[in-house]
Amino acid sequence: MELTRRDALSALASVGIVAGGGSAFLASGDDGADVSRRQIVETMGAAADVLYPTEVTGIHAFVETYLTRKIDGRPAYRSQLGRAVVELNETAQDWYDAPFAELSVELRTQLLVEMGIPEADPSADPGETTARRLRYYIWNDLQYALYSSPTGGRLVGIENPQGHPGGLTYTKQP
Amino acid sequence: MTHTGIPRTDVCIIGAGPAGALLADTLAAAGHDVVVLEAGPRFDPTDRLERMERSIRPGDSGLSVWDMGGKRDAYTSSGENFYPLNHARVKGVGGSTLHWQGMVMRLHESDFAATGPAGGEWPIDYDDLRSYYANAEQELGVAGAVDNPFSPPRDEPYPMPAFAPSHSDSIFAEACEALEITTHSVGNARNSVAYDGRSQCVGYGTCNPVCPSGAKYSADTTIEKAEAKGVRVVTEAPVQRLETTAAGERVEAAIYAKDGRTYRQEARQFILAAGGVEIPRLLLLSASDEHPDGLANSSGAVGRYFMEHLFAGMGGVLSGRETRQNHVGFMTTESHQFYDNDEPGIGPIKLEFLNYAGPSPVEIAMDSAEYGDDLLETLKASYGHNLAMGALVGQEPRKENYIGLDPSETDDHGNPVPDVHWRIGEQEKRTIARANEIQQAVLDELGVDIRWKIGPENTGPTYHHMGTTRMGTDPETSVVDARLRCHDVANLTIASSSVFVTSGAMNPTLTIAALALRAADFVDESLKQA
Ligand SMILES: Cc1cc2nc3c(=O)[nH]c(=O)nc-3n(C[C@H](O)[C@H](O)[C@H](O)COP(=O)(O)OP(=O)(O)OC[C@H]3O[C@@H](n4cnc5c(N)ncnc54)[C@H](O)[C@@H]3O)c2cc1C
Ligand code: SF4
Repeated sequence: MELTRRDALSALASVGIVAGGGSAFLASGDDGADVSRRQIVETMGAAADVLYPTEVTGIHAFVETYLTRKIDGRPAYRSQLGRAVVELNETAQDWYDAPFAELSVELRTQLLVEMGIPEADPSADPGETTARRLRYYIWNDLQYALYSSPTGGRLVGIENPQGHPGGLTYTKQP
Repeated sequence: MTHTGIPRTDVCIIGAGPAGALLADTLAAAGHDVVVLEAGPRFDPTDRLERMERSIRPGDSGLSVWDMGGKRDAYTSSGENFYPLNHARVKGVGGSTLHWQGMVMRLHESDFAATGPAGGEWPIDYDDLRSYYANAEQELGVAGAVDNPFSPPRDEPYPMPAFAPSHSDSIFAEACEALEITTHSVGNARNSVAYDGRSQCVGYGTCNPVCPSGAKYSADTTIEKAEAKGVRVVTEAPVQRLETTAAGERVEAAIYAKDGRTYRQEARQFILAAGGVEIPRLLLLSASDEHPDGLANSSGAVGRYFMEHLFAGMGGVLSGRETRQNHVGFMTTESHQFYDNDEPGIGPIKLEFLNYAGPSPVEIAMDSAEYGDDLLETLKASYGHNLAMGALVGQEPRKENYIGLDPSETDDHGNPVPDVHWRIGEQEKRTIARANEIQQAVLDELGVDIRWKIGPENTGPTYHHMGTTRMGTDPETSVVDARLRCHDVANLTIASSSVFVTSGAMNPTLTIAALALRAADFVDESLKQA
């Protein structure tokens, strides 16, 4: 099933972002490291390769549309996400000698698991540990984008998932 | 040092929930100068989607969506049954309607005459409220149909057509027909078509705790209208106490805190619309030499007869049939057949058919340690076949259920916190068990594999505070009269479910709104006479 521009726009709508665009800029991580929009998008696309089911296509374009607009629209979020991306890349560099996006999907998966992200507390207030921050800003943000979009919903069998304003389709026969 | 608030006005309203908002708007339309003092903030409507995301993300207890909790909202719960007060209210412009589900229906004629062990006769009846109910339906914007054979008489159509029954409603209808249970539509304060400048429901599915589209009524929209008529709203201004004249016969000023200072707001008429817990608390905090047990409390009834609606529910999995849950966040079908039942020892029951049974895939996805294809398999396996029923059960008014002050703990302004002292009685437990029996019969008829049950042992409140400043003709046993004015204080009116004498089992806010509109007429009259 292909993720479309409509899915990305819809996922954006569900986080409250309607307009976007803007020039390339630097998003500052809280630790002082600068991280470019390109780096954020590449890292998140690489993470989505791990997190999204194999039958989904169009992942990178979806993530790019969703994220560039979301980080433009929410400066505080951009800075937290930037910090998470820096941390993920630093860990990838330390452990496997390459940025996260340059690792094979197997190594990316292994890294996320080794960092304890699947088991990390997924709830809000993610500032406490690296694992929680990555869980909140990288892992769960990608899951939210996918499963509140029409295509993500359809994968599961619901064409109007929570978070998506898909209208009053609840009466329809399956 | 105490500062002067806005120069003396006609009316000072405390609280900007639906009761306060409707009074402010109506009294301003009648030409009066109105000030509203609201303890909480004004929430920016453009943040609603971010709040929705927060509500879907895991681990959010529901409190953070509307910034509830902390020292400002500290409370204790000393009764046999724990009461989760901060889940049951929101502080801010709009009050708890920011968070509410938005189901609205009129009380039945029987509710006004019901007699529990503590006595439960209202000094007004359904006919006194009938036209105000119709006005309240217009103000809130109610989608409904005249297909409910159990509802009290009404003359006018609903302002909007009802939402169509859901796919799972039609599954339930088969079983209900076989069991001779009549189902019908349910009133929703939610736009089925564009109404009153707000959009039609677009199906975000998160009505409770937040509707990002504005399709669900919340009272901040009424406050906006009131402000356009000249009403002044002071936010983050919790009232600390009411001060009376030397003889204690009238309220002279509301003392409120704002930005580290104390202000004194004078007015000719005062209206308490701070919700069913903070209203009695404020009266108790306003004790004086003239009112030693708390303001307007010569009866001793302030804070007493606290009532709630209890939840009964059951749900499970229906193999082989799609049930299409979680497309919207509200209900479209109910049955009020068991409301005015004549079964001995059984109170009113309002039966609900849920449209959001079982897991929400996006929520499960974010809570899971799985990812990729494994996660998708889990989501597919868990979604699609759930069905569930709920019910609201009324509670009898009992003096020993009360809102008091707990001097051992203080809020951010040094005031004793409210103490909710609450116990669920035998009649409620029997009624919940009866609701469960009906639910079981329906689900069994469909062949549902029942996976969970909320019964008498694990029931909880549905967040409807009622009864703590009850209405009555006798000043010895009640706090306000039929005009909602305090027996003991000439210029103090109370607009809230705190004046309910009995709880019924209908969600309370339409009745709160109708009572508020009726109170507005009386306050208007008093101001014009004076
Ligand atoms: C989760 C949930 C779901 C609900 N669902 C439904 C439903 O489906 N149908 C229904 O009919 N009802 C429902 N309700 C109940 C409904 O929200 C309330 O009945 C209604 O909001 C009460 O209106 P009110 O104006 O009396 O008080 P509130 O809405 O509680 O407003 C009172 C206001 O007063 C302010 N205040 C309090 N103390 C002070 C003070 N000292 N000084 C100044 N201001 C003060 C508060 O900050 C608040 O804004 C629900 C409630 C909750 C929490
Ligand atoms: S389903 Fe609920 S949240 Fe969605 S638009 Fe309708 S009222 Fe609002």
